[in-house]
Amino acid sequence: MERRWSPVFNPSNLLKAIWQWVDARLDLSPIVKHASEKQVPEHRHSSWYYWGGICLFLFVVQVLTGVLLMVYYRSGPDAYDSVREITYQIRFGWLIRSVHAWSANLMIFAVFVHMFSVFFMKAYRQPREFGWWSGLGLLGLCMVFGFSGYLLPMDELAFFATRVGLAIPETLPGMSGIISAVLRGGPEVASATLQRFFALHVVVLPALFAPLLGIHLWLVQKHGNALPPSEEAKPEAERKSVPFFPNFAMRDMAVWLIVLNVIAVLAALFPWQLDAAADPLKPAPPGIHPEWYFMSQFEALKLLGRVIPGTLGEFAGVGLFTLALLMWAAVPLFDTRTAPGQRGRNTTLFGLLVLIAVIALTVIGYIEVL
Amino acid sequence: MSDAPEESITRRIFVRTGIAAAGACYAAAMGYPVFQYLAAAAQKAEAESAVKEVILNDVEKLPAPSALMFKFGGHPALLIHHADKSWTALSAVCTHLGCTVEYDPHQERIACACHGGVYNPHTGGNVSGPPPKPLTLFHVVVADGKAVVSRV
Ligand code: HEM
Ligand code: FES
Repeated sequence: MERRWSPVFNPSNLLKAIWQWVDARLDLSPIVKHASEKQVPEHRHSSWYYWGGICLFLFVVQVLTGVLLMVYYRSGPDAYDSVREITYQIRFGWLIRSVHAWSANLMIFAVFVHMFSVFFMKAYRQPREFGWWSGLGLLGLCMVFGFSGYLLPMDELAFFATRVGLAIPETLPGMSGIISAVLRGGPEVASATLQRFFALHVVVLPALFAPLLGIHLWLVQKHGNALPPSEEAKPEAERKSVPFFPNFAMRDMAVWLIVLNVIAVLAALFPWQLDAAADPLKPAPPGIHPEWYFMSQFEALKLLGRVIPGTLGEFAGVGLFTLALLMWAAVPLFDTRTAPGQRGRNTTLFGLLVLIAVIALTVIGYIEVL
Repeated sequence: MSDAPEESITRRIFVRTGIAAAGACYAAAMGYPVFQYLAAAAQKAEAESAVKEVILNDVEKLPAPSALMFKFGGHPALLIHHADKSWTALSAVCTHLGCTVEYDPHQERIACACHGGVYNPHTGGNVSGPPPKPLTLFHVVVADGKAVVSRV
């Protein structure tokens, strides 16, 4: 079947003309050319390449549902009531809220998976060091997103978790005044704290996150996907790859669809709960614990505190922590590429050790509080 | 695939239609809750405006001539105590572009500051200016210091 259009009203000619008009002004064709030539390596470990895209998708879900929550959320003394209205009165409010909370947790999980897969593929090696550092920055921002968002409903759990979370760095010498003056806005978690966390959560963090994400994605486009050492060891002729457009992009979208369905099922079957309103005069209920992504740090501090009691223990804990974090960030500097395909086994062992420690501490932490 | 047999063209159309239909289902499954969520505020306000009657207490304290602003079904309304001790209740939403009108006891009129619309304070009828329609008049009964205002 052939459609006949008059030469003037042929829609494909019209599209072409619009494209040429725009391209002549913005010079977009090099970008399109780059995108159409982009290749994604295909090998045994290729499925890890999806995780960055999963993080991106979940961030978009956070922005969209976050903006929807802003329509009815009121910070200040009304905060708890507004979240109660969202959860129980406004139609589908429970759904929007559940999607935001579930997707937040999935996002942090996906960022962790992404980071460890990048680590074990040694994708931080030259020239990708800045990708590693910008990624660490994004993970840090995600965790602050989670910590600040957690307080916003101002229910009991939020209140005590934030109290404990702010009290930990406070035990360090000299920190007490700073936390109180800058973060908590007073000696107690109260309306002043909530207002700051709200500003952080919806203005400051998105404003920092967006450009950092932009840099991260730009670097990924610039450098392409890294090959794991096992692939790099192969001669060039034996390596396989698929075009990004349309093959890999289609697969990316299929994965996003799966993630969307997972969120929908979780949000519908396990809607996010709302506790009783925070009451500073009520004793803490049992089982107050940090979000799972803070559990390993929390537990490490607790265990160290048992070995070395008092302020010294706290100090040792935070010191050890800072050291581990610095080492983690500096990995691209000491595990450099000397010969193609060289594996750097010590770094891999270090990574395994960190991964096992994080999982073990999280599990122990949950066993202790539950 | 220029040499593809006709069969595979129908097949391709079938697959494309299927994908488009599935996409439309997803869009609807997300769009519907989002629309309902956003619309909830307007619906709540509308439910509030469905009131049929408002009771105002202590109206005997209102000197004559003067007026009292109150809310009728979410919108501003006027209760006027005239110099002859009679009462009028009417909507205070200007029928031109929705400004809130004001009772002026000295000139015995209702005026809108936005574009100079003027209404009759007893009937709500148009006197001058751009408003195309009279103000909505309510039914009012005053007894025992209470004014019962209802829709006509
Ligand atoms: C521009 C982006 C975002 C906006 C505008 C936004 C907005 C909001 C608002 C208004 C709330 C309070 C309503 C409620 O508690 O249910 C909230 C809660 C929350 N947010 Fe966000 N958010 C954004 C991004 C993120 C991201 C990236 C994360 C984490 C990775 C996150 C994690 C959370 C968490 C854990 C809660 C508490 C959930 C609950 O208990 O209901 N948010 N957010
Ligand atoms: S709105 Fe009242 S005269 Fe225009």
